[in-house]
Amino acid sequence: MALDDIYKEVILDHYKNPRNKRPLERATVSCTRNNPLCGDEITVLANVEDGTLREVAFQGAGCSISQASASMMTEAVAGRPVEEALDLAAAFRGMMAGEVEPTEERFGDLVALKGVVRYPIRIKCAVLAWDVLQESLAGDGEATATSIH
Amino acid sequence: MAVTEGAAAETLDVERVRADFPILAREVNGRPLVYLDSAATSHKPQRVIDAVADFYARHNANAHRGIHTLGEEATELYEDARARLARFFGAPAPETIVFTRGTTESINLVAQGWGRTVLREGDEILLTEMEHHSNIVPWQMTVEVTGARLRYIPLTDDGLLDLSGLDALLTERTKVLGVTGMSNALGTITPLAELIAAAHAVGAVVVVDAAQLAPHHAIDVAALDVDFLAFSGHKMLGPTSSGGLYGKAELLERMAPMLGGGEMISEVFHDHATYKSPPYRFEAGTMEVAEQVGLGAAVAYLQELGMDAVRAHERAITAYALERLAEAGATIYGPTDPAIRGGAVSFWYKDVHPHDLAQILNEEGVAIRAGHHCAQLVMRRYGTPATARASFYVYTTTQEIDALIAALATAEAIFA
Repeated sequence: MALDDIYKEVILDHYKNPRNKRPLERATVSCTRNNPLCGDEITVLANVEDGTLREVAFQGAGCSISQASASMMTEAVAGRPVEEALDLAAAFRGMMAGEVEPTEERFGDLVALKGVVRYPIRIKCAVLAWDVLQESLAGDGEATATSIH
Repeated sequence: MAVTEGAAAETLDVERVRADFPILAREVNGRPLVYLDSAATSHKPQRVIDAVADFYARHNANAHRGIHTLGEEATELYEDARARLARFFGAPAPETIVFTRGTTESINLVAQGWGRTVLREGDEILLTEMEHHSNIVPWQMTVEVTGARLRYIPLTDDGLLDLSGLDALLTERTKVLGVTGMSNALGTITPLAELIAAAHAVGAVVVVDAAQLAPHHAIDVAALDVDFLAFSGHKMLGPTSSGGLYGKAELLERMAPMLGGGEMISEVFHDHATYKSPPYRFEAGTMEVAEQVGLGAAVAYLQELGMDAVRAHERAITAYALERLAEAGATIYGPTDPAIRGGAVSFWYKDVHPHDLAQILNEEGVAIRAGHHCAQLVMRRYGTPATARASFYVYTTTQEIDALIAALATAEAIFA
């Protein structure tokens, strides 16, 4: 069944047991955005020290795709330099545009989301957390808290 | 036509109705289409499709322009549609019907053309928390220009208008009451007659958003004594971008145009222009002629079905859906008494997010809406970002409700 493409075990696992879905007291940057299509809202919080994302967390509610993507993202970018995280965000966007063939090595669990490409409306759900991450890291990556709604 | 006398009320012969809608024969993902999204837009009977095609194939010309035969025929068809709409809504004259692209444009026209002309600082616009964004945002834009103030009638936990504090909200400062006839997000049918009488008692003008009410219910604007009534053709079997605004003649007379341009003027000088009388003052540029002609055919079809039968079917199918959804364990938003609600049923099924639910149902050919339904005040009031919504019309069958319920089990299996 085609639904297996999108509702893969790993996606449902991240949805049901989201990683790093919690407040982050030491957050130096944060940003909240919503998906105007459905009203879902995601906040991404990160602790950036010396140009590296030490810790990344998220909060909010949403569909399985937006929540799983956020959960996977926090695992994928934590510990990386800001530039690398932004590169991965660009690559993820490329995967959603069908332009980047994802490899397990580079994308990890995120590879599971490639089936979403076949459902154009759901791509917005998948990239929401990445938009919020990019927004929170916008500018020079300085440790200033922003909240854009 | 597809109408038979039922035991209790006039009922539709739904199978005969369905035969008039070619799209209902198609499949989606290898399953018969189960279209439960008519509150977003309705399907079109062959007669409406033919009316639009026939207009282009035989009569196409710009209305109110040409002296030639096609121009006269196009004008006659366009004005026939207006006259038919006037009769359908019980309007005193065709000239009280302004053609627009639908409810959104109609409310913008009132909020700008009438609201900006009449409203002053200190005046109040009273809306309700169950309004669609199209009956909120145009008024917010008018507030920015005029300095008038917005107030809202709150909602009860059951999805009804909370009228207990109406006396404090509806005062001599209230110049406009904007209210939906039926909520697209909750299904609630509002007590229009009562609200209009209360508004008139303080001298307020009432603007009714009839986008959801008009497709299912007989409306008599004269008996209701409503001041403005906005409707969308595409939700009542007509083409997209068809629709209009009913306005009392004396109010339309005082209303400024929203768009200036060709066909709305009497005379143009270097520094000013004089305008035509309503409704032509509000119909600048080339209008949706074929679409409004198609809407005329849609309304003729509804009249033949009989609006009492249309409402009786909506009520019966809604009662069945509410019962089956409750049995299945869905949480319903809005009133559960089919007597005071229409066939747009918002729900959550267990913990399955509406987006996921809509996607899974689509795999089984079942089309529902998921989202905030352009009613974020409603979503916030009931503490959810989104709901799933199944909505019904003259062609909806109980078997289709059964297909919806069966598909819910697939969603549960994936997310259990």
